[in-house]
Amino acid sequence: MGIKWDEFFITGDPLILGSQIAILLTMIGAVAGITYLKKWKYLWTEWLTTVDHKKIGIMYIISAVLMFFRGGMDGLLMKAQTARPEMEFLNSQHYNEIFTTHGVIMILFMAMPFLIGLMNVVIPLQIGARDVAFPQLNALSFWLFFSGAMLFNISFVIGGSPDAGWTSYFPLAGKEFSPGIGNNFYAVALQIAGIGTLMTGINFIVTILKMRTKGMTLMKMPMFTWTTFVTSILIVAAFPIFTVALALMTFDRLYGTHFFTVSGGGMDMLWANLFWLWGHPEVYIVALPAFGIFSEVIATFSRKSLFGYKSMVFSILGIALLSMVVWVHHFYTMGSGPAVNSFFSITTMAIAIPTGVKMFNWLFTMRKGRIKITSAMLWALAFVPCFVIGGVTGVMLAMGAADYQYHNTLFLVAHFHYVLIPGVVFAVFAGLYYWWPKMFGFMLNEKIGKWHFWLFVIGFNVTFMPMFFLGLNGAVRRAYTYSAESGFAPLFMLSAIGSIVLAAGFAVFCYNIYWSIRYADRNISSDPWDARTLEWSTASPVQFYNFAKLPEVKSLDPFWHMKKKNEGLTLHDSEIEEIHMPSNSWVPIYMGVIFGIAGFFLVFEWHIAAAVAGIGIFAGLIIRSFDYNEGFHVKKDEIHRIENAWRKTEGEVHDHVS
Amino acid sequence: MIMSAKVDTSLPLEYQTEQDRMNILGFWVFLGAEIVLFATLFGVYGVLYERFAGGPTHKDIFVIKDVMIQTVLLLTSSFTMGIAIFEMRRHNLKGLITWLVITLALGAGFLFMEINEFIHYAHEGATMQTSAFLSSLFVLLGTHGAHVTLGIGWATMVIIQLLKRGLTPTTARKTFIIGLYWHFLDVVWIFIFTFVYLKGLVA
Ligand code: HEM
Ligand SMILES: [Cu+2]
Repeated sequence: MGIKWDEFFITGDPLILGSQIAILLTMIGAVAGITYLKKWKYLWTEWLTTVDHKKIGIMYIISAVLMFFRGGMDGLLMKAQTARPEMEFLNSQHYNEIFTTHGVIMILFMAMPFLIGLMNVVIPLQIGARDVAFPQLNALSFWLFFSGAMLFNISFVIGGSPDAGWTSYFPLAGKEFSPGIGNNFYAVALQIAGIGTLMTGINFIVTILKMRTKGMTLMKMPMFTWTTFVTSILIVAAFPIFTVALALMTFDRLYGTHFFTVSGGGMDMLWANLFWLWGHPEVYIVALPAFGIFSEVIATFSRKSLFGYKSMVFSILGIALLSMVVWVHHFYTMGSGPAVNSFFSITTMAIAIPTGVKMFNWLFTMRKGRIKITSAMLWALAFVPCFVIGGVTGVMLAMGAADYQYHNTLFLVAHFHYVLIPGVVFAVFAGLYYWWPKMFGFMLNEKIGKWHFWLFVIGFNVTFMPMFFLGLNGAVRRAYTYSAESGFAPLFMLSAIGSIVLAAGFAVFCYNIYWSIRYADRNISSDPWDARTLEWSTASPVQFYNFAKLPEVKSLDPFWHMKKKNEGLTLHDSEIEEIHMPSNSWVPIYMGVIFGIAGFFLVFEWHIAAAVAGIGIFAGLIIRSFDYNEGFHVKKDEIHRIENAWRKTEGEVHDHVS
Repeated sequence: MIMSAKVDTSLPLEYQTEQDRMNILGFWVFLGAEIVLFATLFGVYGVLYERFAGGPTHKDIFVIKDVMIQTVLLLTSSFTMGIAIFEMRRHNLKGLITWLVITLALGAGFLFMEINEFIHYAHEGATMQTSAFLSSLFVLLGTHGAHVTLGIGWATMVIIQLLKRGLTPTTARKTFIIGLYWHFLDVVWIFIFTFVYLKGLVA
C-alpha cells in the first residue's frame, strides 16, 4: 500500500488543473441538472438498467462521441506542440502521455464502441430479431467497456497517465523504466474493457447464428450483418490473447514476475508479439464492420443491390484469416531474419487482394446506379480514394526491407491515420447519418452535414498528407519537438492548420446534432432513404419489441422486394400475438461499478481493498446465477396501440429521398 | 417461460427452449475463447520454459508422484461428471446430485494437491519471481487452478438451485454447461501434464 497521498492528484500543470476544474464543474452540473429536472428515475429505468439493444447501442455511441472529443483534444495538443520547432507548450513527458492516451482512446474507446454501438442498434433489426441472444450480457458488456474507459480517462488527473505508447512495449512499460502507476492504468482499464468486448463478440456470434428471421439464410444476410459476424469471430479469436498479455503485464508490474523484463530471463519481444497477435486482428475488427456500413450505404444510395455479394463475403473471410498471420510486420526491425520477414511481407501484401476486390465491388455497385448524394453517401464516396492512399502506403510499409526506412517515422503515422480515419471514422459518420432517423425518428440536417463533411475531409487530408513527406524526410514519430535546422517546420505548420480545419468539422458535427434535436422535422417516414434492408420496415424510432410480426425473407435486400411486390408490409389484427421480452436489470451496471472500483484499487496497488471489491464481483455473479426473472409479455392491446400509431401516420409524412 | 407440461421428450431437458439452446451454443463459443487463452499461456510457457536465470530447473522441482495423483484425481472427476450428466438424462435428481458432489470432492482434492505443490516449490526457493521459467509455470498452472476453483464454486451454486427447484429445463441447462466446463478443464490438464511435466522430466 505504498501510495503517497501528495501524488494522488496530479498537480502543477495549468492544463491539468483546468481539466480538473472542468471535470468537477461538469459533474456537479450534471448531478444538479438531473436532480432539478427530476430525471433520476427516468435515467435509471430507461437507460442505466436497460437491456434493450437499441438503447445500449445509443449509450455506446454517446460514449464514443465523448471519447472522440477527448482523443481529438489530445491530437490537437500534439499538433499544437509540433506546429513550430522547439516549442515549449508540452514537455516531453507530457507529450509521451498524450500520444499514449490518444492512441488507446481512439482505438479502444472511440472506434470500438462507436462500431459496437451501431452493431447493437442495427444487427437485431437487420436480421428480423427482437433483441440479441443475451440481452443482459449485452448490458454487462457495455458497462464493462464504460467502466474501463472511465478508469483509463481519470488517469490524467488522478495518479498519472500511462506514457509508454499505445503499444506499451517492454522494457519501457515495465516497472524498472516506468515506476509510477500510470502504466497500471493501461493494464487494468484495458483488461476490464476487453472482457466486455469479448462478451460482445460471443453475443453477436450466437445472435447472428440463431436469431435470423424465417428465410434469411447466411447468404441472404445484409453485408453489415456479415461483417459484424466475422468481426465477432475475430474478437473471440484475438481478444483472449490480449487478456493474457495484459494479465502478464500486470503480474510483471505488480508482482515482480519476469515475463517481459530484461532481468530474470524475461523476453521483451514476447510482449510485442503478443500485443500484435491481438493488435493486428484488432485493426480488422474495427475495419470490417466499417466496410459493412459502406456496403449498406452505397447500395441504398445507388439504388442497386450490392455488386458481387458472394465475392464480398469471401473477401471478408479472406481478410479475417490473413489478418491473423501478419502481426510480425509491426517489427521487421526486430531482426527475425529475411525468411521470417519475407513470409510476413507476403501475407501482408496479400491482404490487398481481397481488399481490392471489395473496392471494385463498391465501384461497380455505383456504376449505372441512380446515385443520390446524401451526407451518408458523401462519406462513402470520400472513403474510396482516401482509403486507397492508406492501402497503397500500407503495401509500401509491408515490404520488410523497405520498412527499415519507414519504421517509426511519421510516414507510418500518416499511413495508419489514412486507414483508420477513412476506414472507421468516415464509416461511423456515414452510419450515423444513415441510421440516425431509425434511432431517433428525425434526421440529421443534410446541409449542416455537408459542411461537416467538407471541413472534416479537407482538414483530414491537410493534416495527414504532409506527414507522409515529413516521415520520408526523416521525422520520427513520438518525438515532441524538432530543430529549426531540420527544415520540417513548414510541413508541420501546414499539418497543424489542417488539424484546426478537422476540429472545425467535428464542431459542426456536434452543432448538427444540437440543431437537429431542436429543429429537425419529426414527421418523417419510417423509411426516409427508400432503403433495402429490414430495419427500415419497422417504426422510427423503433418500438421496444422491434417487430410486431417477425418478417419473412425471400431474397437479398428483402425490404426492397417487399416494397416492390407490396407484400408483407401490412399487419392484420389476427397476426398480433403476445410478445415475450426480457426485463431490465441492475446487475450489469452494478458489475460495471464494482469492476471499476476493484480496478481502481488494483491500479494503486492497494491489494486488500482490491480483494474486498473482488468479493463484490463474486456477489454479483452469484446474484445473477440465482436470478430466475423470465421477462414479461407485451399484451396484444399494447402492441395494437403502438402499431396503429406509426402505421397510420405513414402516407401523411414528408418523404425525403424517394 | 416453459412449463413442465410442454416438455418435448424427443429432446434432452437442457435443449428444450430456444434460449437454452442459445445459452449452450454461447458457452461453446466461450470455450473457444478459453482455448485461445490457454493456447496463449502455453505459447508463453513454450517460449520461456528454459530461461531459468540461474534458478531451479524442471528436474529440481517436479515431483512426478504428486503430479500423477493430481492427474488421476482430475481425470476421475471428469468421468464422474459424465456419470452425473448421464443421471440427469435419466431424470434421476438424487443420482445427479450425488455424482456432482463426488466430482467436486475430487476437484477439491486436486486443488489441495496443487496448493501443496506450490508450497513445496516455494520451499525449494522456486517462486514466481525467481525466473521467467517459473513465472510462466506458476501463471499457467495458476490459471488452470483458478478455473477449477471457480468451477467448484459455480457448481455449488448450481447444486443449490437443483435442490431448491429440482430438474427443470433451466437447471438442467445450467448443469449441462458446468459439465462442459469441467471436461474442458480436464482437457487443459492433459496438455499441462504432457507439455509441462512429462516434457520437463525428459528434457
Ligand atoms: C481526429 C484527429 C486526429 C489527429 C489530429 C491525430 C493526431 C495524431 C498525432 C499527432 C499522433 C502522434 C504522432 C507522433 O508520433 O508524434 C497520433 C498518433 C496516433 N493516433 Fe491519431 N490523430 C487523430 C485521429 C486518430 C484516430 C481516429 C485514431 C484511431 C482510430 C488515431 C489513432 C492513433 C494512434 C494509434 C496513434 C499512435 C499512438 C502512439 O504512438 O502510441 N488517431 N495521432
Ligand atoms: Cu498490422
